[in-house]
Amino acid sequence: MQITLRELVTIVHGMLFGGFFLMALFAAFVLLLDWSDFKRCELHMVSAAPIPRWQTVFFVAMAACGWAAVLTGAYIVYPWYRAAAPAGADLALYPQRLLMSKPSTAGWHTLGMEWKEHVAWIAPMAATMVAFVMTRHRAAWDASCQVRNAVLGFAAAAFLAAALAGGWGAMINKAAPVRGGRTIQLTRSAP
Amino acid sequence: MSEKTSAAASHAATAAVPNGPVAAALVACAIGCLALGVLAVAGDGSKRLAAALNFYNPTGPLSGVTTIAILLWLAAWALLAARWRNRAVAFGRVSAAAFTLLALGLLLTFPPVGDLLLGR
Repeated sequence: MQITLRELVTIVHGMLFGGFFLMALFAAFVLLLDWSDFKRCELHMVSAAPIPRWQTVFFVAMAACGWAAVLTGAYIVYPWYRAAAPAGADLALYPQRLLMSKPSTAGWHTLGMEWKEHVAWIAPMAATMVAFVMTRHRAAWDASCQVRNAVLGFAAAAFLAAALAGGWGAMINKAAPVRGGRTIQLTRSAP
Repeated sequence: MSEKTSAAASHAATAAVPNGPVAAALVACAIGCLALGVLAVAGDGSKRLAAALNFYNPTGPLSGVTTIAILLWLAAWALLAARWRNRAVAFGRVSAAAFTLLALGLLLTFPPVGDLLLGR
């Protein structure tokens, strides 16, 4: 059983960083909803309890996964995806060129990748904002329903952007996988 | 203490909780998202701008679009955080503006919207 270096890095980008980011965003949204005691914010009551350490770790890790996903995507995987193919080259190693070579697959690039490569960056920016408010300004979140609604809205937008990017990424990589580079032997072949 | 007095006391405590830093983070994030959308469309519409945004050749203009958007986001955040530190701002208006910018940013990243604006 083998895997190429580019396939492995694409898995790390999409499934490790991207997958964890998407799951963490969804978990954060559910937690924020659960913590939204609207009775308390209507009365403008501020909790005196300190923020549990696991929550700080969770929110920081969530934002870090988002940045790791977009940075590995844009600066490692995307250059392999968009590399120019020399004349006569096997297009299987040049995913963008492979997709653009047929009208039936061109949309995966012209709509899917063009959208994904930009919308993805909205997610870590919004996730960082959510993490900042929930770890550094919890009192403002406690005290105001408007702050809660705004943070919830941005968390939802971050999830939407990450889901769009992740969804398109998975489908594009199915239509034209990023391949090549050194081959890594995972297990020995059966005799 | 009656419920009314308790609520009033809590309300008084709220005045000491500034929402300025949260508003700064919210608006700065929205500015970054809008910048991303505007630069993506502008880079798509102008070959000269696309070449100028090509900060890292293997990644192409995307490198410049995202780097500038992130720098604008961080600069706006630092500026607004300094201005709104320890202040209570009109959060309803601030958050309405932030959501408008965020929605525009999201919309501009959708290629058919960019194509429509560029007359394609």
